[in-house]
Amino acid sequence: MTEAIQRPRRKDPQKRTVLPTLPPTSRSRKALGFTAAAAAGRFVLQKCDDCGAVTYPPREACPKCLSMALNWRDMPDGGRLIAETTIQTSTNVYFRERTPWRTGTIELDAGITVLAHIHGDVAQSGRVRMIARTDKSGQGVLMALPEQETANMADDKQLRELTCDPKHRRVLVTDGRTALGQAMANAVSAAGASTVFVGIAETWRPYAGADELAAIPNVEVMALDVTDSISVKELASEIGGKVDILINTAEHIRAGGAMDRDGIVTARDEMEVNYFGPLRLIQAFGPGMRFRGADGVNSACAWVNLLSVYALSNWPAYGSTSASQAAAYSLSQCLRGEFRGSGVKVLNALFGPLEEDWRQHLPPPKVTPEGLAKAVVGALQQGLEELAVGAVAEDFLVRWKEDPRVLERELTQPEGA
Amino acid sequence: MSTNGTTALSALAEALSKGSVRTVDLTHTLDPDFPVIILPPEFGQCARFRVEEVSRYDDRGPAWYWRNFSCSEHTGTHFDAPVHWVSGKDLPNASVDSIPVEGFVRPVCVVDCSKQSAEDEDFLMTKDFLLAWEEEHGRIPEGCWVLMRTDWSKRNPAAYLNMREDGAHSPGPDGGAITFLIEERNVVGFGTECVGTDAGQGAHLSPPYPAHFLLHGAGRYGLQCLANLDLLPPTGAMLICPPLKIKHGSGSPLRVLALVEETSS
Repeated sequence: MTEAIQRPRRKDPQKRTVLPTLPPTSRSRKALGFTAAAAAGRFVLQKCDDCGAVTYPPREACPKCLSMALNWRDMPDGGRLIAETTIQTSTNVYFRERTPWRTGTIELDAGITVLAHIHGDVAQSGRVRMIARTDKSGQGVLMALPEQETANMADDKQLRELTCDPKHRRVLVTDGRTALGQAMANAVSAAGASTVFVGIAETWRPYAGADELAAIPNVEVMALDVTDSISVKELASEIGGKVDILINTAEHIRAGGAMDRDGIVTARDEMEVNYFGPLRLIQAFGPGMRFRGADGVNSACAWVNLLSVYALSNWPAYGSTSASQAAAYSLSQCLRGEFRGSGVKVLNALFGPLEEDWRQHLPPPKVTPEGLAKAVVGALQQGLEELAVGAVAEDFLVRWKEDPRVLERELTQPEGA
Repeated sequence: MSTNGTTALSALAEALSKGSVRTVDLTHTLDPDFPVIILPPEFGQCARFRVEEVSRYDDRGPAWYWRNFSCSEHTGTHFDAPVHWVSGKDLPNASVDSIPVEGFVRPVCVVDCSKQSAEDEDFLMTKDFLLAWEEEHGRIPEGCWVLMRTDWSKRNPAAYLNMREDGAHSPGPDGGAITFLIEERNVVGFGTECVGTDAGQGAHLSPPYPAHFLLHGAGRYGLQCLANLDLLPPTGAMLICPPLKIKHGSGSPLRVLALVEETSS
């Protein structure tokens, strides 16, 4: 079993904040296929289409038959620890600060052996379950977990480096006026967040669920309006140094495309919330989080964007909102670049139609606010950076990966969606 | 207008410099968090006041500080021109850039409804109420502004908008009072402390939104989100309320001032 992490003590104000350092950063272009899959929590290895050989680390050509047809394939995640080393010192500053560090050789059920980080609860010569995750450098790495769940397993020091567990962390949920914001506050509180700051815009307007929100354990309701630069800056001045996870739940969605709308007022509202909103949040909260990426048990670790899946390809029925979501999606990629080196992950949760007022007339299947919140918290606990929530989003992503141009044609058919 | 070498303006200038005529600010600060009127969400909404910094003695402009602001024509303390309402859409010279400037500087009567509004947040000011006011303060002069004092401006933002599941609750005039002010007193405009010239539940009056419908249909003006009306006398003050000269503007945020003569008491 793992010793449970205790809630960190208050920071010693005389101590310098530990700056983020990084595990090795460089990967070949080929190897980024592994990283991209790891970001979504998938354990993939290269497999030769010609001879069927599985290979690791990533290669340009099959080591067995020299074929170039090496492709990333999902692999069975079982294996056995056959040799291990606990590293006591390292020339790499990141590992040097974190020794002792357990590593080992795993004989995979997939038929090859790999080097991996080893969870503290893995028994000598024991069976393991492999996970692929991005590390503090944003690069895909392998870790072997015990095959069965152990006590406080998520608190393992090495595993926690790969995850963004809300436990003992301080979370900002940017908009608590909606069922989604309230469900998110509930979910992160239940996951052990030590403080859940919840932003409320325009406190002069009543909103449903206000009393229930305030009653959620560890919730602190704060004035925050993502359309107001002054409001965003004011809140960052107040709590910017202790936001470890930021979950942007603010969204403005209206049906309608471009030609069937009169004027740009609604489109501007969509951009104000969906694009300029996160931009303001990034400018106000990003620098503090980037600085605090290695700040102990409750280091800054994750920025969560909730994006409509139509950010990837426009759905004309919600065409204008889709465009603002596309802008937000593009911005999230910029943010990922700007957070690189800080250890702060950007989690994009792409969801299909949500069960809420502005999508009321859409047919099921829909994602409930509670379902989306649960999926996001789960992804944080696992340390993912990509997440699709709901049947519509999952199906959409399959089609998008298959051929984005075909998907575009589908969506723009008269009956498209 | 000259007596003993003094003109009305020179007398005013002297009174202003001596302080026997004071200038009172009736304006709320333009603040991003100040309530605006809330319409059903499928309608277009009133833009909030927003500010974005362009530079502040920094790399964006080393020696100067300036900002962009944005808002609706109906954000904060603001002026309603006749074209604001459908009933006034075909009137000549009915937008803020074209209405005659004379109406912007006029005597003002202040009708104190603060006691009634404190007792009943849906208080409706009627023609009879105005007639009773005239009994005490004299007839409302032609061409003046009439302002409805409710002390609503002293409320916190939530109580100011006072939004509930059945809509906002705030005092205002009924249709009879507005018709009386237009047809029998020929006022130039009507103003309130609340977020609109109409009562919070004005949609349920007949006609709906009587102040907007009747005032603007008759080419009269509105002022709303006024403050400090408790500092004005019932009669005798002068209102100064020129809106921004926005081409085809339906209204505009503005600074509203009143000149108030010190009583000798």
